[in-house]
Amino acid sequence: MSCLIGLRNCDYMVGIVGYGVHIPRYRIKVEEIARIWGDDGGGIKDSLGIIEKSVPGMDEDAATFAVEASRNAVHYSGVEPKRINAIFVGSESHPYAVKPTATIVAEAIGATPHLTAVDMQFACKAGTTAIQCCMGMCSSEMIEYGLGIGTDISQGRPGDALEYSAGAGAAAFIIGRKNVIAEIEGTCSYTTDTPDFWRRPGMDFPSHGGRFTGEPAYFKHTVNASKELMEKLGLKPSDFDYAVFHQPNGKFPLQVAKILQIDVGKVKQGLMTPLIGNTYSAASLIGLASVLDVAKPGSRILLTSFGSGAGSDSFSIVVTDKILEKKGYNRTVIQFVGDKEYLDYGLYVKQKRKLKTL
Amino acid sequence: MSSMTVGLPLTWRRIPERYNLIGSECEICHTKYFPVRRICPQCRRKGKMKEVKLSGKGKVYSYTRIYAPPSGFELDAPYMIAIIELEEGPRLTAQVEDCNARDVKIGTPVEMIFRKIQEDGKEGLIHYGFKFKTVSGTSHILQE
Repeated sequence: MSCLIGLRNCDYMVGIVGYGVHIPRYRIKVEEIARIWGDDGGGIKDSLGIIEKSVPGMDEDAATFAVEASRNAVHYSGVEPKRINAIFVGSESHPYAVKPTATIVAEAIGATPHLTAVDMQFACKAGTTAIQCCMGMCSSEMIEYGLGIGTDISQGRPGDALEYSAGAGAAAFIIGRKNVIAEIEGTCSYTTDTPDFWRRPGMDFPSHGGRFTGEPAYFKHTVNASKELMEKLGLKPSDFDYAVFHQPNGKFPLQVAKILQIDVGKVKQGLMTPLIGNTYSAASLIGLASVLDVAKPGSRILLTSFGSGAGSDSFSIVVTDKILEKKGYNRTVIQFVGDKEYLDYGLYVKQKRKLKTL
Repeated sequence: MSSMTVGLPLTWRRIPERYNLIGSECEICHTKYFPVRRICPQCRRKGKMKEVKLSGKGKVYSYTRIYAPPSGFELDAPYMIAIIELEEGPRLTAQVEDCNARDVKIGTPVEMIFRKIQEDGKEGLIHYGFKFKTVSGTSHILQE
């Protein structure tokens, strides 16, 4: 069953007060990976819609990503960190199995000690669920501001199809009731037990169901969550100026847009996977950040994430006039994407510590 | 005590300085210090110290490239290490990352980033803290 948090009748707007991203500067081209495994690089590039993917530095992990993105979000928002009363960090690559990433973020942005903080995991959608948690706590006035983060250094087994797409990045959103740059009109979720992708404890790499990850998993949940959101808010596909979907590759989001009868041109601004790979918990949120980098007041954005296992969170977001005051406060997503250095497969293996001896 | 927990309290005490560049400022002569000092060397007993968060912006005062790293840094080598002179005056030593070696010169503007410093093996603590990246290097790449 799904639920809807409708916020239109509140006396105040719950929405996005600030946002920030972090994308590491290292890249590896799909063709370089294909060269090692004897695959057709051009063919894989075309079939996945991915040109290259981001690779973390030797000294980066999901926690350092989350801190960098959060510091950018705090800078953008101008919010005093002590007024952030909740931090939720969504990731499937938390650096510790036991010890929260959220406390590292809280300390590094100066939000400690009077806050609640917790790590979350739901494959690629824990970041949007983190935002839903912040929305609930803000609208109930339990907190003044909440910080929802999606951050991942995703893993792909050498030689597996995932190795071509598993990228790295983070996005952080500060949610509050005042001075929002974008109002969140409503959100709803669609969740079932669908075993399309998983990683057992102690395993280095995930397992997946191949094509099973498509129709019964990604498409079913993404489409149903988006349709339900539109239905409950009384919106049509044409009411949206932008649409951002989870992007495990460069093609699925375009197919979802067609199914939902949304102009695929509205998806392009938020489609970053072709240039940085699938950043898992951060993927749809980096796409949202890219849209906010260029969106004008009044623009309406459809955001629908997808997490294997499986579920989708869908949001309708309307940009406010406040966004005009914040132009140029942060590096844009496109600037992060453009700041890059290419690795060959040997350096990639070292940097990702894919050899057991490293 | 196992080797992985040696230095745990020290690491914990240094979180403010390593995560957020918390240093000291003398309220009498306004000189800033890093790391934290309890006594101002200039004002001595007349000094009055308070904690202050430093900006994380500065420039390279001197640098070298490490080819023979100490234990725990083998995978990082070769890497740049520099004495950074912060805008507020204090100097500190840190790794400079996300840059080509040729971009690091005396006077190069740098800014603080948050990174893993070291891991205590596969089971021990992960130590996080400040490193720096070149500001000009980033701008240069963006203009290309």
